[in-house]
Amino acid sequence: MSKNLGILAVLVVVFFTFGFLEDRFFLPGNLFNLIRWTALFGILSIGVSFVIITGGIDLSIGSVVGLSATLLPWFLAQHELSAPVALALVVIAALAIGLAHGLLITKLRLQPFVVTLCGLLVYRGLARTLTDDQVQGFGMGHSALRQIAKGMPCSLALLTALVGIGYLMWHSLRWVFPRTWRKGLLKTPGELLAIGCAALLGFGGLLIWALDAGELARIQAPAPFLILVVLAILAGVLLDRTVYGRHLRAFGRNETAARYSGLAVDRNVVIAYVLCALCSALAGVLFALDVNSVQPAIFGNFYELYAIAAAVLGGCSLRGGQGSILGVVVGTAVIQVLRNGISMLGIPDKLEFVILGAVILIGVAADEVIRRLVARRRLDARVRAAANATA
Amino acid sequence: MSAWLEMREVRKSFPGAQVLRGVHLRLQRGEVLALLGENGAGKSTLMKILGGILRPDSGEILLEGAPLEIESVDDAREAGIALIHQELALADNLDVTANFFLGRELRRGLLLDEAGMERECSRWLARVGARFPARARVSTLSVGEQQLVEIAKALGQNARVLIMDEPTSSLSLAESEHLFALVGELRAKGVSIIYISHRLGEVTRLADRALVLRDGQVSGELARFELEHDRMVSLMVGREYQSSEQRRSHARAESALRIRGLVVRAHPEAKLDLEVRRGEIAGLAGLVGAGRTELLRALFGVEPALAGEIWVGGEPRRIRSPREAIAAGLGLVPEDRKEQGLFLEMAVRENVSLGAIARDARCGFLDFAAEQRLVQDSIAALRIRPPEAERLAGLLSGGNQQKVVLARWLSLAPQVLLLDEPTRGIDVGARQELYALIDELASRGMAILFASSEMEEVLHLADRVFVLAEGRLSGTLDRPELTEEAVMQLATRSFPRLSA
Repeated sequence: MSKNLGILAVLVVVFFTFGFLEDRFFLPGNLFNLIRWTALFGILSIGVSFVIITGGIDLSIGSVVGLSATLLPWFLAQHELSAPVALALVVIAALAIGLAHGLLITKLRLQPFVVTLCGLLVYRGLARTLTDDQVQGFGMGHSALRQIAKGMPCSLALLTALVGIGYLMWHSLRWVFPRTWRKGLLKTPGELLAIGCAALLGFGGLLIWALDAGELARIQAPAPFLILVVLAILAGVLLDRTVYGRHLRAFGRNETAARYSGLAVDRNVVIAYVLCALCSALAGVLFALDVNSVQPAIFGNFYELYAIAAAVLGGCSLRGGQGSILGVVVGTAVIQVLRNGISMLGIPDKLEFVILGAVILIGVAADEVIRRLVARRRLDARVRAAANATA
Repeated sequence: MSAWLEMREVRKSFPGAQVLRGVHLRLQRGEVLALLGENGAGKSTLMKILGGILRPDSGEILLEGAPLEIESVDDAREAGIALIHQELALADNLDVTANFFLGRELRRGLLLDEAGMERECSRWLARVGARFPARARVSTLSVGEQQLVEIAKALGQNARVLIMDEPTSSLSLAESEHLFALVGELRAKGVSIIYISHRLGEVTRLADRALVLRDGQVSGELARFELEHDRMVSLMVGREYQSSEQRRSHARAESALRIRGLVVRAHPEAKLDLEVRRGEIAGLAGLVGAGRTELLRALFGVEPALAGEIWVGGEPRRIRSPREAIAAGLGLVPEDRKEQGLFLEMAVRENVSLGAIARDARCGFLDFAAEQRLVQDSIAALRIRPPEAERLAGLLSGGNQQKVVLARWLSLAPQVLLLDEPTRGIDVGARQELYALIDELASRGMAILFASSEMEEVLHLADRVFVLAEGRLSGTLDRPELTEEAVMQLATRSFPRLSA
């Protein structure tokens, strides 16, 4: 929880710094774009965080994005398949990719790095070969389908209100059913803070929406953001409230002990890679529907690195076992705000990676340093307490 | 009597605990001093201070009456003090010579003087009686041989004081004998040895004197003629100690575990048959490498057996993985608690409930209330200290960690509980608690099969002992015939008897 607060603080600081430096940053159009990009990349980050929690890595994400983004218009335009069939085929391809990764890693005991590095090369090559390197798109058609990515189903304020108030209502269940709820959950300062934030967002959003106040009320929620919210809730529940999530974390912490405890470790790991591939394909499809022009050779290049960076920034440890969905989504937002801010400030594109790399490095290093300082503090306090006790 | 080496009024605190409260230690030249005490008594801390790994809060160290500043491992080495670690610290991908000279390699110009180093290393290896070449890769050596490398290395750096921390804990019988002989020789040459061991038989045999620590203070000093087992234990635990009164057997008639013709991967030539009844506590004894751990691992499906049949509770079972073993009604408390048993960076709660959450879940969703109940009950029933469900398992003491592992298995109520070295690295007080716990489980009808390399444990706990030698079952001993001599006789059956 404290990690989530840290990254949330970074987001707030970066966000307002850019807003302060550049007036156009707060324009509704820009905020809308920011949210849209965060949503699209957030889907990738959520997927890869499952893999990272197992202590693995998935380098093929960018290529899976490229392949699925190529396949969908290719099926629709070149082969004139119907939309449901085309989507189903893309999903099947992603399932097959995830299964292949998971089985190679668990049954043949190959290293995740190697398996997914090969995947990175193979899927990129496949996308280029299938389409003969021709740009793919939907042309003028499929406007209904494209609404999934381009649509604006409701106002952002309303969505925020729903999420915030939904969280509060879910929490109040524990007062309604104290016997089943209160005992099982922990009461921590972090949780109180989360309730506070939810209340602020929920009622703030509701107020803005109800009063139809100013430009903020007119910002629409991009459809992918709605998808992200639903996906994040599902992923969060899966990770923190199911047997699967608990087993996955245990495996990430200590593989040997997990085997000795009789957990279905191989199955759990395979599922993690399948989830990651499915998320990548979902994001790939959304990216394709969004931009309507897919170059098989480069579409999605480096996206795995954005996803991994966001997950790490959001509190996942590459050693495995650690991470939360909320942190990962906020981590994604930080990276997107940085990218957006850099381009708005007129900093040359060439410098983008330098700045991104530096910020992520500083973030992770600061986390480590603070962790040690806190540990040291606690140590000192206990030494003093012990000294007082003996004196 | 003025001492050759002296530590005076040494104090050291760690967060939350004062580990040393003014300890005084004297050591003569050519003396073997046993350092005794329960885990947590401060032995290791004291030795780490002498070895330069830790700095004391106060106190001084004198060598031949002159104050000695030990601020680093290098200072200690300079003064001739060498610590042989409990966990050996050799680079096992390198050969013996490279390890011997690690950090102080001989050079000829810019290049390594390989021939010179090999010559020098061989000389020292011969001196400690090693029978392997100086070019042997460390990973191919047994633990005992690696220990010899460490000792040779220390002597090669002019060590006059050797600190040995549990040196025989993973040695075979023959290797231990060799080590004892070497200790005798070194003593005769004027090397002083500080010997830390939980095996009091060794202490009686080797030591000239013993210093006993309890709670960071010296609780007593025993001269050569006073080194009796019960006396040492009394000083360690701080109360009168009477060695094991007889346990009452809870064995019932029904069979809980039966194996026939089991072939274990490590000993494909041997077939094993044995049976454990409900409520019975059966011990697996044998020398290192006799196949005790391998048998337990095969039963639990970690390394599935190559052939043979397993019945649990009278039903034939196929066990190819821990999952199948658990489904069959088995549980295993593994040998290496930290690696195989625990999730050190996870809370006690998560460690305890890991087995039961799948059973208690509703459609795959965790039942937090049931989890909390289970954990609170386990903490109370097993007396896990401190009683905090959210504490990280890695922060508990060895005995409490073992209780956490036990709690996980008990929540699944197995018919047969397998334990591999259940009290390794656990101090005397916590041991008694674990024994009482195991006894109670048996009284409720659980069958227990435990492997142990500690004779006392086997003699105290077991209703019946299966002795293994070279992977074979060399004999079964029931209570009346169960003596240390009988076990050793069977354990060494196919070996030529060793001369001490």
